[in-house]
Amino acid sequence: MSHRPITEDDLHAYVDGVLEPERQAEVATYLEAHPDIGRRVAGFSEQRELLRTALAPIADEPLPPELSLSRIIERNRQGRSPVWWAIAVVLLVCIGGAGGWVLRGEMPGAPATAGLAALAQEATYSYNVYAPDHVRPVEIRASDSAQLQQWTSSRLQRPVKVPDLATAGYRLMGGRLVATSHGPAAMFMYDDDHGQRLVVLTRPMATDQGAPMTPQANGDVAGFSWADGGMGYCLVGQSPSETLRPIANEVRRQARVI
Amino acid sequence: MNDMLLLVEPLIPALRRYARALVRNHATADDLVQDCLERAVSRWHQRREGDPRPWLFTILHNLAINQFRQSKTRGPHVTIEETSESDFGEDAVQERKLMYQDVLNKLARLPEDLRSILLLVAVEDLSYADAARVLDIPIGTVMSRLSRARERLQQEMEGAANERSGNVVALRSAK
Repeated sequence: MSHRPITEDDLHAYVDGVLEPERQAEVATYLEAHPDIGRRVAGFSEQRELLRTALAPIADEPLPPELSLSRIIERNRQGRSPVWWAIAVVLLVCIGGAGGWVLRGEMPGAPATAGLAALAQEATYSYNVYAPDHVRPVEIRASDSAQLQQWTSSRLQRPVKVPDLATAGYRLMGGRLVATSHGPAAMFMYDDDHGQRLVVLTRPMATDQGAPMTPQANGDVAGFSWADGGMGYCLVGQSPSETLRPIANEVRRQARVI
Repeated sequence: MNDMLLLVEPLIPALRRYARALVRNHATADDLVQDCLERAVSRWHQRREGDPRPWLFTILHNLAINQFRQSKTRGPHVTIEETSESDFGEDAVQERKLMYQDVLNKLARLPEDLRSILLLVAVEDLSYADAARVLDIPIGTVMSRLSRARERLQQEMEGAANERSGNVVALRSAK
């Protein structure tokens, strides 16, 4: 028998039956020798059994038709309400000609309303609106990046760091605040020596708060989105995704060391 | 799509149980589960490889929390449903019924964070690591919360044990 001390965590793992058999036996022996603790642990076990038995009947109830998964899948496949189509049409008209393809890849699926997919869509919209702009793609230029950082942090009510992508060959052009259906987001724009532009969009996430990095594609704008500690990030551009991935990794690395 | 049916469908009863025990209202709980399933279907490609259980519980839990927040800002609106008799087997003796009823009432009185940890670990059999993921807290916090939850529920039950045995006696003598 080992002489590792029995901890509070061991007692709970004992109650939940998740200890290795050997350790389980050690704890049992310990409880026999310490009847006070033994009683307390027995109380926890009894409580656990009571809860399980009391709640078990809920899982045995027949499912109502609203919870039929095949129905939900079918409805999802058909696309959702016509309202989304109306929104899609309005957006198409607004963005117009060159921007029209944004939604091409989307139909007939419904636009994402939350999570990483929604963030990626917002980043794509920002890219499509601001990246082709040669007059004023950004509101605050890179020369005022301290001001940019301060402004976006205060509006997002979170510390925002402007990523430095010089090692990847991209210079910061500047940034702006953009409106999303989830509140304000910070957009940063970069370009390389060939004039190729990238957009990084970041905002607090209501869902998917710690989601892993996921590839995203909307038409020919592609990139990666992820979330860390409640903040969502999305990097998009028109470069192939294998060149974008290391840049996204770099953005994530820098954001983690705020 | 087929793997989704195979992997998710068997989990729906457990999701319902968690939702109902957490929000204690039949209709609200089923609405949350429906919402959860709709999200899971539309974001199936975003899940991590492997067991979708913690992922589904995470979606459901976050929906429930949002629901709590909304009902808080709308002002107090507490609907505590009594468990109906049909929820228990017909042969269950009155005394056991009272015990089940009692433990659920005590559970409902715990703060939401203690209730959810107890349900995820002790009823839904999530590993401590998966519970940490669902609640978005470190595993150390899972353990300390679990300990607090069990301690609190135990106190409530012991405090009420005397009362209950009083009730049972009264009930017996009434028959």
